Amino acid sequence: MYVEMKHIHKTFDGFLASNDVSFGIEKGRLAALLGPSGSGKTTILRMIAGLDRPDSGDILINGVKVNDLPGSKRGIGFVFQNYALFRYMTVADNIAFGLTVQKKGKAEIKRRVKELLELISMEELGRRYPHQLSGGQRQRVAFARALAPNPQLLLLDEPFAAIDAKVRRELRTWLREMIERVGITSIFVTHDQEEAMEVADTIIITNQGSIEQIGAPEDICRNPKTGFVKEFVDVRRYEILRQMRESSPL
Amino acid sequence: MKMDERTDVPINGRLDCQQDLVGDGISSIQKVIEPHRDEGGDSVKCLLITFCAMFLFVMLVLPLLVVVINALQDGWKVYKENVVDEYTIKALHLTLAATISAVVVNTIFGLFASYLLAKFYFRGRQVLAALIDIPFSISPVIAGLIFILTFGNVGWMGEFLKAHGIKIVFAVPGVILATIFVTFPFVFRELFPVLNAQGKDEEEAAGLMGAGAFTIFCKVTFPHIKWTLLYGVILCAARAMGEFGAVSVISGHLRGKTNTLPLHVEILYNEFNTTAAFAVSSILVILAVLILIARNFVEWRRK
Repeated sequence: MYVEMKHIHKTFDGFLASNDVSFGIEKGRLAALLGPSGSGKTTILRMIAGLDRPDSGDILINGVKVNDLPGSKRGIGFVFQNYALFRYMTVADNIAFGLTVQKKGKAEIKRRVKELLELISMEELGRRYPHQLSGGQRQRVAFARALAPNPQLLLLDEPFAAIDAKVRRELRTWLREMIERVGITSIFVTHDQEEAMEVADTIIITNQGSIEQIGAPEDICRNPKTGFVKEFVDVRRYEILRQMRESSPL
Repeated sequence: MKMDERTDVPINGRLDCQQDLVGDGISSIQKVIEPHRDEGGDSVKCLLITFCAMFLFVMLVLPLLVVVINALQDGWKVYKENVVDEYTIKALHLTLAATISAVVVNTIFGLFASYLLAKFYFRGRQVLAALIDIPFSISPVIAGLIFILTFGNVGWMGEFLKAHGIKIVFAVPGVILATIFVTFPFVFRELFPVLNAQGKDEEEAAGLMGAGAFTIFCKVTFPHIKWTLLYGVILCAARAMGEFGAVSVISGHLRGKTNTLPLHVEILYNEFNTTAAFAVSSILVILAVLILIARNFVEWRRK
């Protein structure tokens, strides 16, 4: 298991955000935290990133307990829901930020930024500012910025929520391909089951702070374990998706 | 940047209507409003312009003209003498000293307080925000009295201060304290909404990439707020220069010692030295105009 949560509890002002959350994700997997809003999925992601602290329980990354380790030392990349690009920096400076902070050499930073701009097919746009980009381009920059310091784990909070429905599907495919190409263990948060089914190879279903079920999309559809999952997951929709995937494999 | 896009809407409104024949909700509303605004808009516009211009003339231009005319009524030479008068210069120095102190202290306080209230959630957050607004709602005279009752001879800390030879009331420190008190919400009030709207994401993102608090502030927070901060500083300086009530109570009106420019004007006027009073007033007017220019420049840059 690359990421492990062991009996995590977390409350905010009396609100139980995580109730005995335990799960593990293997290296190289692309996992989705799926659940209705307020079910505690973002809290889980933020605790893995070190942005929030669990009240009790252990978080392990690569076998090391990271509870007391600041987020910057956990080897993670984080893509925020609204991307949180630095609006007063160019695209190139945004991507370079993590490396600049680590005091990497100028030549190395330049090389890495160029490499990432190529990866996201935005070689020509390095000098633009975030407000001059489209939503999809911003997401790609956020993705590149998170990857710049070579993290071992990528965390994405509702990565498609701020994007037009029209381009969302396109970006989903793009992101999945990118993650597969880079080969990085990734966890993303979503409330959209279609998104989770289409992109992830492991789905973790959350409800009211607890984990309802963990499994591959097929497992969850064929064999929903709790009443909530049975109601929440639209099996018919999955069947349509499966047929679509079979007819046009990635 | 979003604000800019939004303000563009009315300007392009008509164009959008013509192009967007399908008509979503927004442009169809504009279609209804647009012709209404054009028809008969001219007469309303003229009426409003006349009203505002007359109001400003009576309330603003006329008094300012009176200041200038009266200041110069005995000729340029007398004006110059009044302005370079020893007590006037001392009052100007004290006004500038109090203003600079207020700006420095309130900038630091405003930065810390607005950052704290915009980026962190804690119990009593609302109470703290309300407390910071008190100088806006309290009469400056009361503010002056508060300091006399706290630091004066009969006040709470009077004995202690006397024993240590510290003089605050009827002395320069009192004037500076009163000025700081009256102006401390300005920088906070300007910064808070901007910091609040920015949210915490960018800072968290920088933190996750290993940036320290100082780097985050310099590279992420400060570029976002610098023009707003300057704007707050200018408002604070303008108010500090003109402050009368609080300073009047606490200064004791000691000529050449605790007199600021507004207090000096009052003394001259009460001595029936009208020309001198207006001459000194004209210094304040010039300072006000300078601040107005700076303010407009900053406002333009902020956009």
